[in-house]
Amino acid sequence: MEPAHDSPAIAADSLVKTYPPDVRALDGLSLEVPAATVFGLLGPNGAGKSTTVKVLTALARPDAGSATVAGHDVLRQPDRVRRAIGVVGQRSAVDRTATGRENLLFQGRLFGLSGGGLRRRVDELLGQLGLADAAGRIVATWSGGMQRRLDVAIGLVHRPRVLFLDEPTTGLDPEARRALWDEIRRLSAEGMTILLTTHYLDEADQLASSLAIVDAGRIVAQGSPDRLKAELRGEAIHVDLATAEDAPRAASLIDRLDGFEHPVLDRSRLSVRAERAAASVPSVMAVLEGAGIGVAAVTVARPSLDDVYFRHTGRSYQAQLVETAR
Amino acid sequence: MTVLVQTADVVGRHLRFFLRQPWFVLMALIQPVIWLLLFGALFKSVTQIPGFSTSATYLDYLVPGVLVMTALFSCGWSGMSIIEDLDRAVMDRFLTTPIHRSAIITGLNVYELVAFGIQAAIIGGLALVLGARFAGGLAGYVALTACAMLVGLTVAAFSDAMALRLRQRESVIGVNTLLTMPLTFLSAAFMPLSLAPDWIATIAKVNPVNWAVEAGREALAASPDWSFIAPRIVALAALAILSTAWATSTFRAYQRSI
Repeated sequence: MEPAHDSPAIAADSLVKTYPPDVRALDGLSLEVPAATVFGLLGPNGAGKSTTVKVLTALARPDAGSATVAGHDVLRQPDRVRRAIGVVGQRSAVDRTATGRENLLFQGRLFGLSGGGLRRRVDELLGQLGLADAAGRIVATWSGGMQRRLDVAIGLVHRPRVLFLDEPTTGLDPEARRALWDEIRRLSAEGMTILLTTHYLDEADQLASSLAIVDAGRIVAQGSPDRLKAELRGEAIHVDLATAEDAPRAASLIDRLDGFEHPVLDRSRLSVRAERAAASVPSVMAVLEGAGIGVAAVTVARPSLDDVYFRHTGRSYQAQLVETAR
Repeated sequence: MTVLVQTADVVGRHLRFFLRQPWFVLMALIQPVIWLLLFGALFKSVTQIPGFSTSATYLDYLVPGVLVMTALFSCGWSGMSIIEDLDRAVMDRFLTTPIHRSAIITGLNVYELVAFGIQAAIIGGLALVLGARFAGGLAGYVALTACAMLVGLTVAAFSDAMALRLRQRESVIGVNTLLTMPLTFLSAAFMPLSLAPDWIATIAKVNPVNWAVEAGREALAASPDWSFIAPRIVALAALAILSTAWATSTFRAYQRSI
């Protein structure tokens, strides 16, 4: 039934994008997204996620590198790319001065749809996203969550083959988030390729069959969530210190112990990986106690996507790690 | 074909917004009326200045000036819609669809002309009520309106281009205060150039606003001299096309910069 998906739906090769005076938003970013999958692009704010989406949707021009989307070259055939894609940007892009239905009709007409076919498609989307009742009201009077759903509907009017969702659930309440997750799963099951950027780790874990972690304009890790977690040998020991001031000293003490990887700091929490974590807890405690460092709590955990994320974007000792909105 | 359909869609979008703002409509209608009444009353007696070579009243003389000025002032704000769409991320959304860039610019500017057309009809009607006489008749008034629209298109395109380049409201305000306003007063809009200092008369020769005023005023005469009007209309049309093309091309610079 499904056609063979030999070529990737999205392929980016060594993308570079700089902004004056000297911001290197993309620094040789490459990625491949197989057709009919959900691909998660994870990373701290400013890592280059949105710039990647802008380049792949033929909105912004890269300084160097190349990319194809749905088989079309983003630089040479931008119009073909635009016909094949739907885009839900990071900021809501609804026309607040028009009604919901007018927004969708206008977007559909930009793709050459018209008449009864377009009207039926618009009604279908309004129903699917629970916007039918509000459809005739000016969007400025809608709630933020409803406007966000309209953004998604707008991106879907022309039944795109590839859908870009740039932080689609930011600012949504938990219920609305889950509803959007269901929608994303449904679209993916229908064969749509979806590139999703997010800084919610659970969102990527729930939805993405493969993901990439972006940091400073590059991909620092790529794979399925399970594989990325499995790559982290052993388990994590999280030590919550009594005071954050002790953290750097504690980190350097643990770093000197055998059998541990570099500890990662996040305020007063120290995370360290060990082959046999549970058995190593006493030696960690002993070192800290010997140095007079107070410990509030110790936990041992199987690797989570959190750990993968910290591992690849956290910089061990000065780990002033991002505001990973959790 | 697609470009025309898309342009019409864009015109419809702006028109719908315009009609939903009663204050916009009211302002757009009242402003030219104020100019006509105010300037008409203030300068009523200037026709008595020696050298003001017109047999008609000042109101007759003033109508083309007010009409062209109204076109400039309405169209000069065109870029504000662009800024609004940029701020609301609507522009970026449009740019990820297959819409022709020219349809975004042309659609917006044609909408400005539709709005101006309504203003032109009101100015004409009011001028007649106040006692103005158009020797050139309806045809002459339509020709005058066309001249005003052509120079309006140029200013609108300018305003759009500045908005896309600088992306700040100030850039659009700048077009209006630094370009539109001086160009209006460096023309025969309110006063024959024979009464103006030489340097103003010299600048007016290369001022498109003055081309529109003089060609439009000539079109309103009893027996218009078309050899005077035609070259000016051609020049104004060329300018409108060139500036629209330039405004459309600024999308490329915009997309490189984001």
